[in-house]
Amino acid sequence: MIIGLAHYLAVAAILFTIGVFGIFVNRKNIIVILMSIELILLAVNINLVAFSVYLHNVVGQIFAMFVLTVAAAEAAVGLAILVTFFRNRGDISVDDASMMKG
Amino acid sequence: MALQAIAFYLLAAVTVLAGFAVVSARNPVHSVLWLILSFFSAAGLFVLLGAEFLAMLLVVVYVGAVAVLFLFVVMMLDVDFAALRQGFARYLPLGLVVAGILVAEMVMVSTTVATRGAAAANDTPNASGAVDVTNAEAIGRVLYTDYVYFFQAAGLVLLVAMIGAIVLTLRHKPGVRRQVMMDQVLRTPKTGMRILDLKPGKGIGE
Repeated sequence: MIIGLAHYLAVAAILFTIGVFGIFVNRKNIIVILMSIELILLAVNINLVAFSVYLHNVVGQIFAMFVLTVAAAEAAVGLAILVTFFRNRGDISVDDASMMKG
Repeated sequence: MALQAIAFYLLAAVTVLAGFAVVSARNPVHSVLWLILSFFSAAGLFVLLGAEFLAMLLVVVYVGAVAVLFLFVVMMLDVDFAALRQGFARYLPLGLVVAGILVAEMVMVSTTVATRGAAAANDTPNASGAVDVTNAEAIGRVLYTDYVYFFQAAGLVLLVAMIGAIVLTLRHKPGVRRQVMMDQVLRTPKTGMRILDLKPGKGIGE
């Protein structure tokens, strides 16, 4: 059995779906929402690397690196906002987070 | 070839199952640990594809930095996680429907692209683009020439994120006495001491 491009794309599709599903079912828990976003970005990276390998073009891996960079930055800033939010409110329930509403 | 297939199915199964455990675990600490496992096996998939450099990057950046950051935050916040889970059952049917549609669509598109797209002609994976170049060397050759401005921009993104995270979480507690260097340096004999004329037998207390 030869493992081809379609196999990797299927794994990435399932992982992406799990990420979206996690955002849906964990509506209140922002920590799990952030982790779901990380899963989605991981799925995107798998897609980019798989296409890069099967198209014999290394640029896809460069792009995956940039996605990795942005994901790290996003996690850092997101968690910093979360810590500040927790300090101000005492909990992290995002359901009633409407302080910025005009 | 068979060994490669076994490795692929093992790593893919672990990645997907750990990913599912991330979103369904009761305790967010367990979620983070599952996330680490998922990233680790995804790194294994990258190695299987031949992209060793990105695999190592994934382990170092994600498992080493991002996941540990998550772990610290989850453990530091004193939150009632049971209360955050209510609504799980309510959103479950909608989530399942959306997830089913999404995965069906994406698998259909993926198989079409993989069998009829531009990549279909190449069934030999090659992570370097050239024949006798290692993966890291191939990335370096492209990253530091054609994409050097993007590389610098990525550095700026990280810098801004770092400064942003520090600014967001920095706080000065009121009531904590700090050393003010400026005040110390600007002190003169005139402001630093005073001469009192004391009568014998009396203290300085008013």
